[in-house]
Amino acid sequence: MNIFVCIKQVPDTEASLSVEGGRKVRESGLKWVISPYDEYALEAAIQLKEKAAGSTVTAVTLGPARADGVLRTALAMGATAGVHVETTEELDHLTIAHCLAAAIRKCGEPDIILTGKQAIDGDAGMLPLFLGEVMALPAANGVIAMEVADGTVKAEREIEGGARERMELTMPCVIGATKGLNTPRYPSLMGIMKAKKVEVGKFTPEDLEIAVAEQSVMVEALSAPEEKAPGRVIEGEPAEAVRELVRLLRDEAKVL
Amino acid sequence: MSVTLVFVEVQNGTVKKASREALALALSGSDHVAAVTFAAEGAELAASLPGVTTLYHVTGAGDLYQPDVHASTLEALIKEKGITALLASHSGRSRDLFPRVAARVKASLVTDCVEVDLAGKSVVKPVYAGKLMARMRTTAPVSLLTLRPNVFPADLPAGKGSPEVVAVAAADVAPRSKVVEVVAGEAGKIDLAEAAVIVSGGRGMKNKENFALLQDLADALNAGVGASRAAVDGEFADYDMQVGQTGKVVNPKLYIACGISGAIQHFVGMKTSKIIVAINKDAEAPIFKKADYGIVGDLFEIVPLLKAEIEKAIG
Repeated sequence: MNIFVCIKQVPDTEASLSVEGGRKVRESGLKWVISPYDEYALEAAIQLKEKAAGSTVTAVTLGPARADGVLRTALAMGATAGVHVETTEELDHLTIAHCLAAAIRKCGEPDIILTGKQAIDGDAGMLPLFLGEVMALPAANGVIAMEVADGTVKAEREIEGGARERMELTMPCVIGATKGLNTPRYPSLMGIMKAKKVEVGKFTPEDLEIAVAEQSVMVEALSAPEEKAPGRVIEGEPAEAVRELVRLLRDEAKVL
Repeated sequence: MSVTLVFVEVQNGTVKKASREALALALSGSDHVAAVTFAAEGAELAASLPGVTTLYHVTGAGDLYQPDVHASTLEALIKEKGITALLASHSGRSRDLFPRVAARVKASLVTDCVEVDLAGKSVVKPVYAGKLMARMRTTAPVSLLTLRPNVFPADLPAGKGSPEVVAVAAADVAPRSKVVEVVAGEAGKIDLAEAAVIVSGGRGMKNKENFALLQDLADALNAGVGASRAAVDGEFADYDMQVGQTGKVVNPKLYIACGISGAIQHFVGMKTSKIIVAINKDAEAPIFKKADYGIVGDLFEIVPLLKAEIEKAIG
């Protein structure tokens, strides 16, 4: 199977963020990781490879030079090749999908493309479905369970209130993974050593003949949200404190 | 004439509150507002859509959501009816449908908006789970926007007429993928994204059984039950209950955090709650710096007391 997994480099979830120049995240001191949902996609891809002899897993990322780091992690975990679409431009998600699709096509015909349901920076949740649309492939997002057999993916996706939708997708197809699909492995020490030496494929959007001049969505400003003032701790014996809390919720906050 | 179209979802026979929020926003910024629904109720909804000029009622799409049929139907409506903006609540359905439609009509798409200026083509959405806010400009001729629930008012104008109902046949396309079945969740489970009150538990809950305590409190408040990442990773709670940067972002009027320390990745998922209450035995827990009201104490003692007191107050 020719397996592709699209991953994005994002700041660690524990990071506190600040803005510089009005529209950029200050990068100094940040720890960069694979977007957590992409890790589930990567683990699923590696598991598929392990089940079907002769399979390859190509990890694809788009981003500036530092994004090479997530390809190294993916290779250390068990991906067999890496592709980096290198750009410092801020692209909208449809353009990103076109770039990733073109990079994938350069590497051969996919049997399955996996990625995370959303990246935890932009929180857009569009990319898996955009990839399906631009590649004219079936796509499912928010996949929490899947089974691959006989050219079909049976996928379960989370909808609302704990309900799940069961979908059938003919391969090749695009799967957007969510937490619950599997437990991502840690890279082995030997994997980390080997990953350092792998030569990854490099493209620019221009190499892929993707126009970047016109973006359908542009970020004009980034700002820190207003923080509310710290509240108060209600003192007293438990029963007394609870009575006071309920009084405050009803009479002061008016939320009961 | 540019028309704003609102994708309307129905629950228990009525227009969902979150859809009314999208309708109210559309009506405040545009003279020509149409609505579209795939719900079986169709024409019966017209009376609850004052101010809307046309209700497109899609028929023949089947009982289950089929992504390609739904997307192609909306694509055709946008192209044929002069639609320049399509709005919806940021729901499970619109999350799946809108990207497919946006790619087909080459629209600008911004999800989970908390501020919208339709005429100015400018929106604000939280990014990094709300650690930062991004002001974005949409530049394509058609904009698709989903709105975070509980942010925009849901009041529809009084004294306006009901829409004309126009039946629209679902697009006849060969679907690329197929939804074969919907497995229902637990009956009566409240969707956290739209919940008005949430009771949430963390590592301090100690095990899965103890979540019954939170469910009792939640039942008294007609609330949803959430969990921190620590509680989900400890298998005390299901993943669909996780609130935070790698779970759900919620926006209730009251959020009661029990045994949750308040790590930043959790806090960003619930910090826009109108009132945050923290119950934790560790007086140094960071949650107390962020909560409106806090009680330092043993949640296993406090939560049952709180349930009893709330029942008395709202009984």
